[in-house]
Amino acid sequence: MKFADFISVKAIKPELASKDKEAVIRELAGSLVASGDIMEDSAESIIKAILKREELGSTGIGRGIAVPHTKHPSVEKLVGTVGVSTEGVDFNSLDGESVHLFFLLVSPPDRPGDHLRALENISRQLRDDMFCKFLKQSKSVEDIKTLLDEADNNQFGS
Amino acid sequence: MGEESIIRKVVVPNRQGLHARPANMFVKVALQYQSQVEIARDGLTVSGKSILDVMTLAAEQGTELTIIVTGPDAETAANALVEVVRRFVEEDEEEGE
Repeated sequence: MKFADFISVKAIKPELASKDKEAVIRELAGSLVASGDIMEDSAESIIKAILKREELGSTGIGRGIAVPHTKHPSVEKLVGTVGVSTEGVDFNSLDGESVHLFFLLVSPPDRPGDHLRALENISRQLRDDMFCKFLKQSKSVEDIKTLLDEADNNQFGS
Repeated sequence: MGEESIIRKVVVPNRQGLHARPANMFVKVALQYQSQVEIARDGLTVSGKSILDVMTLAAEQGTELTIIVTGPDAETAANALVEVVRRFVEEDEEEGE
């Protein structure tokens, strides 16, 4: 699976305004509402489910990366967005570091394979230090879209 | 130093597969041991001590994983890692499925 298969370009947030965990999740989910990828009347339920998932263990998986996610019946296909915080956000991440790079995913409950393939793609690209560095430095939606396209064309990582 | 690796095969038991929480569970256990831990599927071998690596396996329910442990505590580590894969089922249940 490639980024282009699930990242909603219109929902990308190059400069996250939020300073804490819940606010970041709300900002990214709100962005998916604005882009038309999730329905407004499902947004609160999706946000609650993502926060509940975080209580089971932070999706801040270290190296300044977090992958907040949930399954939700209101989506028919896997949708996701990317957010970048220059300052970093305390996300109770596993290594205690603040998080700069966010990939938020919402997937249909009956498609565990798609969710795994999205995680595979994200983690494979994020293993590459240059990809992380360029993503952190991105200042616009266009910068991030270009970077994701380059990653999709195998210009990073293994 | 010429140590032999312990190799164990285990099938991903849970419906949701090797998603983020099981990956984290696996890595947490692997990090408790001195031995080098690798995990493989279908020819792709990655470090069992890195969540990013383990998530790149995208292992669905039914996938056969090979756990390769090399080092002084390899036997104990391998047993613990096989056991943790069996417990992936509990991680699915916590999500209320």
